[in-house]
Formats: sequence, structure tokens, C-alpha cells
Amino acid sequence: MKTAIQFRLNGRPATLTTDGGRTLLWVLRTDLGLTGTKYGCGTGQCGACTVIVDGKAVRACLTPLKDVADREVLTIEGLARDGRLHPLQQAFIDHGGLQCGYCTSGMLMGAYALLLQNREPSRAAIMAGMERHLCRCGAHQRIVGAIAAARPMEERS
Amino acid sequence: MSESRGIDRRSFFKLIGGGIVVFFGLDPSALFAQDRGRIYPEDFNAYLLIGGNGRVTVYSGKIEMGQGVMTSQAQMAAEELGVALSSIDMVLGDTELCPWDMGTFGSLTTRMFGPALRAAAADARAVLLRLAARKLGVPQAALVVDDGVVFVASDPARRIGYGELAKGAKIAHAVGERAATRTVSEFRQMGKSPQRLDAPEKVTGEARYAADIRLPGMLYARILRPPAHGATVARLDTTAAAKLPGVKLIRRDGLVAVLHADPEAAAAALERIQAEWRVPQPTVDGESIFGHLLSASADPKEISHNGALAAGRANAAQVFETSYRKGYVAHAPIEPHAALARVVDGKATVWASTQTPFPTRDRIAQALRFDPKNVRVITPFVGGGFGGKSSDRQAVEAAQLAQIAGKPVQIAWTRAEEFFYDAFDPAAVVSIVSGIDRRGRISFWDYSVYAAGERGASPCYELPNARVRSFRGLSYDPNVTGKSLHPFAVGPWRAPGANMNVFAVESQIDLMAAAAAADPLAFRLRHLKDPRMIGVLRAAADAFGWKPAAAPSGRGVGVACSIDAGTYVATMAELKVDPASGRVSVQRIVCAQDMGIVVNPDGAKMQMEGAITMGLGYALTEELRFRGGEILDRNFGSYAIPRFSWLPKIETVLVSNDGLAPQGGGEPAITPMGAVLANAVFDATGARLFRLPMTPERVRSAIAAKAAAGEPERAGAG
Repeated sequence: MKTAIQFRLNGRPATLTTDGGRTLLWVLRTDLGLTGTKYGCGTGQCGACTVIVDGKAVRACLTPLKDVADREVLTIEGLARDGRLHPLQQAFIDHGGLQCGYCTSGMLMGAYALLLQNREPSRAAIMAGMERHLCRCGAHQRIVGAIAAARPMEERS
Repeated sequence: MSESRGIDRRSFFKLIGGGIVVFFGLDPSALFAQDRGRIYPEDFNAYLLIGGNGRVTVYSGKIEMGQGVMTSQAQMAAEELGVALSSIDMVLGDTELCPWDMGTFGSLTTRMFGPALRAAAADARAVLLRLAARKLGVPQAALVVDDGVVFVASDPARRIGYGELAKGAKIAHAVGERAATRTVSEFRQMGKSPQRLDAPEKVTGEARYAADIRLPGMLYARILRPPAHGATVARLDTTAAAKLPGVKLIRRDGLVAVLHADPEAAAAALERIQAEWRVPQPTVDGESIFGHLLSASADPKEISHNGALAAGRANAAQVFETSYRKGYVAHAPIEPHAALARVVDGKATVWASTQTPFPTRDRIAQALRFDPKNVRVITPFVGGGFGGKSSDRQAVEAAQLAQIAGKPVQIAWTRAEEFFYDAFDPAAVVSIVSGIDRRGRISFWDYSVYAAGERGASPCYELPNARVRSFRGLSYDPNVTGKSLHPFAVGPWRAPGANMNVFAVESQIDLMAAAAAADPLAFRLRHLKDPRMIGVLRAAADAFGWKPAAAPSGRGVGVACSIDAGTYVATMAELKVDPASGRVSVQRIVCAQDMGIVVNPDGAKMQMEGAITMGLGYALTEELRFRGGEILDRNFGSYAIPRFSWLPKIETVLVSNDGLAPQGGGEPAITPMGAVLANAVFDATGARLFRLPMTPERVRSAIAAKAAAGEPERAGAG
């Protein structure tokens, strides 16, 4: 059943006329061409598809499109603004918090949500907060270092 | 086998435009190692192009899967050319633009490809200097290169840029004699850790992987998969699936697929297909597989043999007869296999997540009955490989479906498909009989490895009376004749075979050290002469703060070392074991590595940290559950890979060895992980684990068995 679904995507209004039961991950990756959000497991276990909905990290692979109606969605493509990297992105670069890069979008979005909740997380809090994100290359130590270095986040308008 | 060898120079210039091109190949011994029996009299393994705009493009068949070779190769080229890193562009893994390459594995990129790349860049610099000398009217010796500009040393105003020299040129230069490459003291780019070239696009989501490529009119395919390897279709009903709007159903030669413009609609259509399967009776499972491997293995290959085993045995005060085991381990990259194929006018273009673009091209050509020159494989960023992205089934399937459908087709495996079609690290067994004499020196060593192959099987110690044998080779080696030993595909997994062999070798050494009541580090040093190994062990001990004591000391510390891909590694661990649950928590890992000249120290350390972290998995939890050809683990819920909460403090030490050419970096540090943790568990508990992974249940029962025996550490002793 096609309906018009409106939401804000990366700071801009978006309207899609489609079946609201479709999964946010695939709508982002196909209709909207935002392929930075990745499929990793399809069951919410790996975190590669993490996006932010109203300030909270959600698994796009488990989220029906209709659930984001009238809400604010942030994907990895919206993290840098006006050509300026978000401090977390810069910290991931500076600390080597990535290798193959496939989990990186989800890691960054998960870390973004974590820092919204807790502006100065301890190392233990970072590890606990990122626990549901998987990385197979073993960049964990540097990801933790990057998140620690990105705090406190710069105030952003 | 039909293979094209890349393109000739004339077509190359047509494709590339003008400039100065330097072609280079690997030296004959390297070629021999890459593909035995083939000869490449005029084949070039890469080239670099200096364009009229002054930019340098390196075309390399190697691919970037996280290991950082995009950056390290650019550093090597920039170093020898005398240009800034930012003026280098890398084109990787495109079979039309890049010359033939066997694939990216074996920690070979820097070790074997690196010298050829550097020689070519040095040669290019020589060509440019010659041209500049002519243009500026001075002898070559009067010229200096800095940042892509050639100038007269005594009169820097007289200068000319590489771009200007290359403009309008169509110079194809093959590296003949090697121009002198820079020495370590001259390095300006190598030995540094610049920002990774791929980092900016990876943190912004712009980096493209195979499943991210979009073409107009493309369809997403889902394929009917059997419930178990070896299963065949008994009955098939596709009518309900075919009725769904927009679905294209394809049935050909056993391939049953549904195609749709929406990947979820394709998945829904697949669910409507009703299939009944004939599943063969399972003959092996995760426990019986070891007996199967031993019984199926005949005719060993003798890797080495010195002295006389019988004499050594007669001289032994204590004899240790042990058997080590390890189950199947998955690659589980976070990016599942994906490919997008377009077949138009007898030509196929396939974007694939693969470590082996050229062999993939040849397999696609075979499947489509195309000449390989009409197949182009483009490798975008690969989201983790670890040896697992070499089988290429998805690329062949995408190409076949695109050919049949007449539209571009993308296949992106689900996680369940990724587990099902993984070519797992094989289950393996190692049997060792060894002994120590009255003075606590090893008197003999008889080693037999089954199904893991010989990598890492030869101990680095000075052992009198030693024999090393390998049964059934790597067990997936096509040169090994006979039926597969395994109920499903197996293949190379980060340092293939070495993880198993080093686990066995270094556990056995540790067990003998304990029997000799010797400090495990001192016991190793007592049997070593190789200065590189002694060097990394001492460096690790310094960084770790190793305090000598015989194990089990109750502290939970351990040591293990290995030689892999030309690199020497010594690792020390500190861990805690909860005796009630058997749970191991690793507190700290210190790893010292001698890898010769280090091209990119931070990149090398990232590989070490990654290898150590990944190694926690095969050591502690990772073991595929299966019943015959049925793969029971299909997602991360039941197959546990390392997580943030497991993370020990990891410290890496690069032992300086600038007298030696760069050695392997992607794999070596993973090889001692099983042994170092097993040795630390023994030190903590007095219980020796002979099987990986060391799950809580196994640790608990080893502790219980030790308590029941009432004696420390004789569990495995003969």
C-alpha cells in the first residue's frame, strides 16, 4: 500500500510515496541513493546500518519506513556539514579508527548517539556503548581512542 | 585454462592518453612463487603513469580491503619518484586498466610487489631526469628533484616540472636494470605514517563497495539456496513467486533466481518459492571431524628431518605425546560478498568484492563462454577479506543472471549466505611427540600436521633429532588429489594454517618448559640462535615487564612466538580466568615484531592490533557448528566474533631492522594468538587446553580434569 511519508533527512525535508512497510535501510540505499548506510547482518546484530532517528541510534535494517514519518533522520551522509567533517569523523581519521571502512558509518553513528547521551564517557562507557557494533578488522582499540578524543564534542549549530 | 594477459602497450595508450609510462614486473623468483609453471616474458605486473598535469597514477592489481596498501603503495611510489604523496592517484584491481595479478593475499603486497613498484618509480625518476637534462641543457648530475620538480642544483630558478616533461609524451619505458632505490636514511615518505588515502571517503560514507554501485535499470537478485551442501532439489514450485508484480524469475541449469528492482521485493519473492530438498545423510559433525581427518589422511609430505628420532627419544628423560585440535573458523567480514554485473554487446563488466580480480575475471569468462578480454572486473573498496573473498561465486552468479536477464544485476549476499558459502579455515589436528633430556633441553621433536598445511609448522628453535610432516597438505590445495576431506568449502584464512601450527608448536614448547620447571621465556631462549627471534622476544619482554617464573605461576601470563611471511613476532599476554564459569578475560597483549624496513609504521601497527584482536576470536570463541553439509551458524548471534568488551590493552613494538627489505605485515601477528592465550591460561590455572577455541566449557572442564588428577600439568603428557 503506497502512502506519502514525510520526514526530515539529514536536515532537509523528504517525501516518499511508497509502501511504509518497507525497511528504512533499503529505502535509503535504493530510492534515496544513500549507500553509506550498510547491510551487515539484517538482524540488528552488527550495527553496520546504524542511523540516528530523533537523536537515538536505531538499526535501519529493522526499522520500517513508516516509523520515521514526521521524524528527524540522520545518516552518515549528513554528519559532515558545509564540507566540514564532524569532530568524530576527524577523530576516526586522526586515530586510525577504521580499516576496511565497512563498519565505519555505523560506528560513527553509534558513537554520535553515545556522545549525545553522555558528553564525556569514560573508556569503559565507550566500550559498553559500542558493544553492539561489530568490526572484523580489529580497529576497536583505535575506535575507542577516537571516540574518547572527540569528546567533548564541539558545539554545533 | 583460457586467460588473457592484460592489454598491449598500444591499446594501453589509447585507453590512457599520453604521458610517460613505466611498466614493471616482478622478478622471476617472485613470478614463480605467484604462479608456478607460468612464464611471463613480456608481462608487466603494474605500471605507473606520469601525466601532463604532473599527477602520477599507479595502476596495480592489488586491492584495498582495509590493510592500507592503497596508502603504502602510494608512499613507495612517491618516495622513489620524489613527489608529494598528494600527487599520487591509485587505480587498484581493475582488470582492464591494471596488469595481471594473482590476487591480494599472503602478506605479499609490500614484501614482493613493493620492491618492483619502488624500482619502477626509481626508474621513472631516472627517465624524467634524462628528459630534464636535455631540456635544461645541463648534465644529469647537475640536477636535483624535489616535489615533482627538477631543477639545477646550482641555479634553482632553472627548473621544470614532471608534468611539463610528460606533456604530449607517449613514452613507454620498461624497467630493465633496476635504478637505485633510496636507502632508509634518504627516506622522506617511507617510514612515515601519513593520513590514510582512503580515510576521508570512509568516514563520510562516500566510499563505494560493490553493493553500493548503482546502474540505471538494475535488478537485485536473490537465489534459491539449498539447506545443506550436497542437497539437491526434489520438487520445486515457483508459480507463487512468479505471480508477484515486477518479479523476473530465472531458472537455468540448476540456478533458480528471482530478480526485482527492489531488493526487498526480490527477497519476498524468494520466500514464495516452494522447494523440497534431498539432503544427504550427514557423516561428520564438529566432534567426529577430527577422527575423520586423521583416518582420511595418508602419505605425508616430509617438510624437514634432521638427526635421528630414535636416538633423541632414547636420550629423553620425559616424553610428551600430545594432540592439538581446532575446528572450522569463518571469515565473517562485515561486508558480505556482493557483485554488480552488466553484460552488453558481448562484453561483461562486473564490480565485485574480491581479493582476486584477475582469477575472478577468468572464471566469469569461463561461465559466460566469453574471451577473458571481453570481461572487465572492477574492484571497489572491499569490506574485509581475510582470505575469504577469493571464491567469487557471487561475481559469476551476477554475470550469469545479467546475461540471461539482459539487464544489470546485483547480488548482495545475506549474512546467512555469507556463512553458508564461506570457504572456512579448515578443522585440523596436530600430533606431536617430543622429549626433554635431564638438563631440560629438547632432545627430539616429531611433528605431524593434518589438514592445516605446513605454514608455521617448522619450529624456529634449534632442535636436534626433529621431523616435521604434513598430511594432506592444506587440504583445499587443488594439487592435492582425491576427494575433499571436508563437508563444505574450506580455503585460506588470515595466515592459512599458521594459526593452527603455531598454536601446537608453541603450546608444546610451553608444556616442556613447565615440565623442566623453567621460565617459558628462558626455555625458549635456551633453544634459539636466530638473532631476529631473540630480538623480538627480548623486545616483547622489555615492553611487557616479563618477570621470570616457571608456569603455572598463577599470574596468568604467557608467551608465544612465530615466523610468518618473513616477519618475526613475539607476543605476551596477561589474562584472568574465572574458575567458576571458565571465562577467559584478556587484560593485556604486548606484541613485538621485526618486519624489516617499515613502510608505514602506524599502518603496520594497525595491522598488528587488528590481527591480535581478530586472533582473540579463533582462540576463545569461534568454531563453526555444522552437521554434515548443513551450516548451523548463520549469523553473529550464535557465531561470536570479538567485541569491544573483550578488548585488552594492546601494545605493539616495531623492532628496527632497516637492513632488511620490508616483510609481511597483514598476517604475522595473528599467528601466536592461540598459543599465547593457551599458555597464559595454563599459567593462571595449571590446566592445559589442547583445543581451540578455548570456550568457557572447555576451560572449566580442563580445570576440573586437572583437579581430579590432583597434579598440575600432566594432562597432555605421555
